[in-house]
Formats: sequence, C-alpha cells, structure tokens
Amino acid sequence: MAVTAGLAAIAPLASLIVLAFGETDDLWTHLARYVIPAALARTALLLAGVAVVTILIGASTAWLVTTFAFPGRDALSWLLPLPLAIPTYIVAYVYVDILDALGPVQSALRAVFGWHSAADYWFPNVRSLAGAILLFGFVLYPYVYLAARAMFQTQGPLFTEPARMLGARPWELVRRITLPLARPAISVGVSLALLETLNDIGASEYLGVHTLTLSIFTTWLNRGSLAGAAQMACLMLLIVIALIALERRGRRRRGFAASATELRHLSPITLTGPARWIACIGCFVPVMLGFLLPAGYLLHEVMVRGLLVGFDVSLARYALTTVALASIATAITLALGFSAVAALRYEKHPMIATSVNVAGIGYAVPGTVLALGLLSPLVQVDESINALAQAFGGKGVGLMLAGSSAALIIAYVIRFLAIAIGFAQAGFSRISIDLDDVARLLGAGPGTLARTIHLPLAKPAIFGAALLIFVDCLKELPATLLLRPLNVETLATYIYQFATRGSFEQGSLAALIIVAVGILPVIHITRYADIATRLRLNARS
Amino acid sequence: MKTVRALARGAAVVSAIVGAGSASAQSGDVNVYTYRESKLIQPLFDAFSRDTGIKVNVISASSGLEQRIKAEGANSPADVLLTVDIGRIEDAVRAGITQPIKSDVLDKIVAPQYRDPEGHWYGISMRARVVYASKDRVKETALNYEDLSDPKWKGKICIRSGQYIYNNALFAAFIAHHGEAKTEAWLSGLKANLAQKPSGGDREVARDIAAGKCDIGVANTYYWALMLNKEPDRKAWAEATKVILPSFQNGGTHVNLSAVVLARYAPNKANAMKLVEWLVGEEAQHMYADLNYEYPVRPGVAVNSTIAGYGQLNPDTIPLSKIADHKRAAANLVDKVGFDN
Repeated sequence: MAVTAGLAAIAPLASLIVLAFGETDDLWTHLARYVIPAALARTALLLAGVAVVTILIGASTAWLVTTFAFPGRDALSWLLPLPLAIPTYIVAYVYVDILDALGPVQSALRAVFGWHSAADYWFPNVRSLAGAILLFGFVLYPYVYLAARAMFQTQGPLFTEPARMLGARPWELVRRITLPLARPAISVGVSLALLETLNDIGASEYLGVHTLTLSIFTTWLNRGSLAGAAQMACLMLLIVIALIALERRGRRRRGFAASATELRHLSPITLTGPARWIACIGCFVPVMLGFLLPAGYLLHEVMVRGLLVGFDVSLARYALTTVALASIATAITLALGFSAVAALRYEKHPMIATSVNVAGIGYAVPGTVLALGLLSPLVQVDESINALAQAFGGKGVGLMLAGSSAALIIAYVIRFLAIAIGFAQAGFSRISIDLDDVARLLGAGPGTLARTIHLPLAKPAIFGAALLIFVDCLKELPATLLLRPLNVETLATYIYQFATRGSFEQGSLAALIIVAVGILPVIHITRYADIATRLRLNARS
Repeated sequence: MKTVRALARGAAVVSAIVGAGSASAQSGDVNVYTYRESKLIQPLFDAFSRDTGIKVNVISASSGLEQRIKAEGANSPADVLLTVDIGRIEDAVRAGITQPIKSDVLDKIVAPQYRDPEGHWYGISMRARVVYASKDRVKETALNYEDLSDPKWKGKICIRSGQYIYNNALFAAFIAHHGEAKTEAWLSGLKANLAQKPSGGDREVARDIAAGKCDIGVANTYYWALMLNKEPDRKAWAEATKVILPSFQNGGTHVNLSAVVLARYAPNKANAMKLVEWLVGEEAQHMYADLNYEYPVRPGVAVNSTIAGYGQLNPDTIPLSKIADHKRAAANLVDKVGFDN
C-alpha cells in the first residue's frame, strides 16, 4: 500500500521532470535576475505571515475549546473548522467587495467623516501582501485547529491532569506540556496550510501578490515555455522538500507517546468572570471573519439576485457529482495514507519510508501543474489498455482513465495524500510503539494491529483527515478544470465560470452548497469525536 | 467490509453520473474544448444544436487545454478548440494539435489579418484593449497608448498585472511598433504613473476610478458594456467612467481575438466543420455582438449600440501573428522594469 501510494504520487512528478528537460534557451538568466529573487522573497514573507496567523488562531482556539468550558464552546468547536468550506479566492473577492473604497465599510466611513473620495483619507488596502496574509490566515487556520484539536483531545489530559493536580498554573501547563505535546500536530497543520497557500493562484493574483506559483504560470502562458514552468515547479518542490525535511528533523528529537492507558477525557476547566467571555470572543472572531461574514455575504447575494427563484436545476446534478467524486477520493486517500504510515510502523523498510515521504509531495505541486503532469502517464496507461484490447481482437476503448472521472479521482488522491499521511503520522506518533511490540509478541499480524490498536487510537486523526480531504475535494478547482471529462461540472468549476467573468456573485448559490455539504461532515465528525471520547470515559467510570 | 460496500455503491453512483459524460462522445456530436466560459457560449451552442441537431459536448478551462489535447494524442475526443488571445492561438498551432480548416465559407467571411495564412486558426470575434477614464476628472477624449507614460498622469493610472494575457499582448504590440528599447522606457514610465500596485481584474479599473483612486486605466471593451447593461450593482462604476479608444501614434487601436482551431485528430470532423462555419454565420455573430459585447468578425454584422458608443474602431494594422512573436519579449520587459512589484 505504501509503495502504491508512493508510486501513484511519483508518476506525475516524474512526468513533470521529463517536461522540465525541454529547451528553455536563456530563460533562466532572465528568471534568476528579474523574477525569482523578488518572487521568492514575497513568497517567503507570505508563508511566514500565514504560518504565524494560522498557528496563533488555530492552536489557541483548539486549546481553548478542548481545555476550558465557556459559553458557546460546543457550538464554536464545530463552527471553527468552517472557513475551510469556502474557496479562498471567493473569500478574497468578498473581502475586496466589503473593504474596498466603494464597499460598505469605507462608504460608511466617508458618510460619517464627510470625505468625498478615497483620495481624502488612508485606509488599509486589502489588495496587498498584508491583506493576503490575513486572508489566507483566516481561511486556512482550520488546518492547524483540526490537527491540534485531535491532539489535545486525546493526549493532553493524560499529562495535564497530573500537572494540574500538582498545582501547575494554566500558562505553565501550556508552555511546558501542551505546546510541546501539540507540536507535531501543529507542524502538520501549518505545513498543510502553507502548502495550500503555495498552491493558490486565484486569490494571490487578485490581491496583486506575485508569488512563485504565479511566476510559474506566467512563464508557461506568456512565454509559451512549459519546460521553463516545469523547471520552476521543480525548484519550488525542492524548497518544499527542504522545508518538510527540516520540519521532520525538528520533530524527530522530541518523541512523545501515550502510555498503554486508554483515552482519557478530562473535565474541562470552567472559566469564570471576564475570562469566559474573552475565550468566547477569541474563538468567535475567527469564525466570524473566516466564515460567517463571507458566507453571509454570499447568502445576501443569493437573496438579492433571486438565485433561489431562478434556481439552476443542473446545480443539483453538479452537487451530486461533486459529492460522489469527493467521497470516493476521500475513502481511497484515507486508506492509502493511513495504511502507508501503519506499514512504516510495522516494517521500517527504506523503500516504504521513501514512498511515504514522496507520496506527501503532491500537495505542494500547484493543481494545474499536477494535472499537466498526470495527463501523459494516464494516457500511456490508456494506450496500453487499448493496445491490449486490440491484441485480443477487440476494438479500442478510447481514453478509459484520462477521458473519464477516474482521472479526477486519481488527481484528488495524489493531491491530498499529504493530508492523510500527515494526520496519520501525527496520530500514530502518540501511540507507543511498545503497544505494537507487545501485540506482535502475542502473535498479532498487521491486520489485527490495525484493527485493535491503531485504528481505535488514531480515530480523531482519521476523522480530522477525512474532513479536510473531503472538503478539499469539494472545492478543488485547478486540477478539476483541466482533467474533467466532457460535460462534467463540479460545484467549484461552476462557480469559477462566473468568477472568471468577474461576477462571482452569480455563483454564490453553488458556493453556499459547497459550504452546506461541507458543514454536514464537520458537525457530524466533531460531534462524533466528542461523543466517542465521552462514551469511553463513561465506560471507565 | 462496510467501507468496501460503500465504495462499491459510490462507484456505481459515479459511473451513473459521469457515464453521461463519456458515453456522449458519439457520432451525432461535436466535442468542444474551450477557454471561453461555457456559460458564456452555451447560448451559442444551444442555437447551433437547434439549427443542426448536432449535440455539443463541452469542457471549459482557463489554461492547459492545448497540453491536454496534445497528451491525449490520437485518441483525443477534442474536435474544436475555442481559444482567446493571439499568443495562445499560436501556441496551439506550435503544439501541433491543429489541422488546417479548409473552408471557402470562412475564407470569404474572415478578413486575412484575422486568420492564419495556412488556415490553422480563424478569428471569430474581437475585443479591443482600451482606456477607461473618469468622466469628471479627465477632459481628454482621445489618447495614444504612448501617452500613458506621460508624467502628467503620475499617480493616476490603474491597471491589472502586466503579465495578464491581454496586457502582455498590448505590450507585445507596442514592441512591434516601437522596438524593445522604446517599449522598456514606456513601460517604466507607465509603471511610474501607477496609482497602486497592479492587482484585481479589468472591472477593478472602473471600480478604482469610480472610487477616486485613479483617473484612467487599461481594460477590455466588453467589461464596460457588461457592467453598464447587465450588472446592476456595478452600473455606477461604468457610469463614473467613459471609454476612450486609444491608438498607436503610427497605427490603430490594439485588438485581440477569440479564435477557433480544428483539432488534429478531430473524431467528428464533419460536425466540427459545421460548427466552425456556423460560428461566423449571421446569427452567431449577432450573439457575439449583443450577448458578449464583442466586435463581430463578419462584415455587415453591427456592433452592439453600447460598444458603438465608444466611437468608430480603427483596428491596428500590424498582423496579429507578428504581435505574437513579441509576447515573450514583452513578458521579459514587464519583469525587468518590475512592473508588478
């Protein structure tokens, strides 16, 4: 399984490398002198900013909702992941509409202060690097939140409970126990958020932030140099691999694993006085800015434009297609990712280890580049199938993979395998290897190990990963655009049609359907995870 | 076991849904890959199907369709590629995914400067890259592209990314007229005149002018008409601005094309030819003019009245394929002067 995952992910990368061997003349002299230094610096700033914002919001809210009881905690704990459900570029459009010179905020300011035009006063520009950092931060923090929350829920109490009994103050708990414990989970969450940032094109272009990814596109489209673009994509991959390696090294030195005891659920510390309202507001602000405001804006547009009245019936079909594709891709991705990591636990074969590491890279490749890289391997498989069919006297079957939705599912699996692997590694890292050893000593095979130890203990991680992958599939755009078969639309491609015409509001209803479809599993999974932990707790007492 | 069953069920659902997609590539059909958004051209396809009984299957995307067709090779279901921008059109030909369209109908309708001499592509509609200007603050009614670097506009110009395909083509046209050295100086001057870093899209030019952030900006002809006539909440942006058709000092207004290409391995070639010829017919050309606010390529078909209100279009005479030759140089100059930084 691990090797399959690795191979699946390698195919498009290999073809990317093949593409990179094309002729590029003197392109690199130009790129190195005028493009890459600036784009690299800008990208680094963007990533650093997004890392800070997502950690601040994601980790602190996860810590608050798992450690304390305060008004609205239950609702907030499932509201917090929701910003994920709205495509980033749509959020960018919404905020530019709201905060730009002609938007409601500045218009109100002008009315209040009697200013005439935007030239009369200073207002922070959303279309800027800082704007992009905040925007990505508020949309992508759920990656950190979900990863950290899964960690806090399962492991935190085990260590914090005794510490609390010994009289440790909350801040000490955080600094000396919670944060170090959560570090693997937070790094997984942050790296996912950063890869997602690196993958973005729509929002960065609209906000005028010319990242390395945008430069790849310019090189390809305006210079007609796919080879040059592929080379830049390879360069970007190298940087990503270096970052991942660095992060892993940092993680390796600190191993934490729960002992063989079962999950414990600590009764949360009940906050009193102003603290409870600070906690409540602290968790509410990200939900407000990342989700309620943009979703509310979309809802407003749906109403104003009468999109419900003139309901486009084909939307229902697109929704069904989207959900079906996302479900299948999620199931396959989870199975591949978790079994790959489990295999690594069972057998530390270098080939498995390499496969697992490689399989995570797909996420870092911009979707369109991945799709381009995937095309030729898929067609090659198709051609062999055709050749085989013809050899047996049949007639050609056309493009079975490249021409069908199989291409989409394969692309989703490759793109989002990193989520499954990341969550699996973080989830498994807290299961003591002693447990495995004991079980194996007693004669348990890999299947039994997985069923009786790994799966139950890694459940929160699996749920978290499932949620992220599913929602990411729902809104995946670049690969879907390029790889989908004739006449197939997903909700994301439907919205995009309006967005490219500059009237994304017409696609509001479809965007809200993505949100609605995304919310159901969010609520279900967050609830289920809570109930599961509680049940186990009750069973013990 | 449960998961296996769920998976099987899911697979059945999906094949039921997407089966429609793959099974529909049949002989009574024509398969179109398009860079024009399918919502935009769907009315055209519907009218074509009504006229001919031929079903149109569509994939729309924003980039990479040439590469997809190329990778699909001889098995590619693509019959026709609808593309925009002269650079992309030439890319398709260079990628070897086209075949000559041999049609007297097309040769008669499409003027020579809007088609490939060897027939690999034919333009079907045009758009001009023009100036939106503040009604209140800008007195000028005529401008040259060269004027955009005049220091009198310092801090007053808005534009989207210099690497956006239509800006890229405009800058390439500038090179075709004046050479690289002069274009570099002009781009630096234009950059120095910008009110803000390039961002947003063409509509933001009108938005920012209406907001008073800048006085003039560069955008395509159809956005202004769309905002005025079809987008109530943006009507004010159009009303705050006017459209000026600029010229090159030694030429006319820069236009770009949407064009049609016949795929090299088109499986439904006969139907594809019908579609291609239909697209330059009276009805389709009227739709291009009135639904999309483009300039029709067919002589005798009137432009929409809003577009006509801009004034008489005098298209630049440099052949578009010449302009495409300078695209790469234009992209390099944009980097060199740090246009987007």
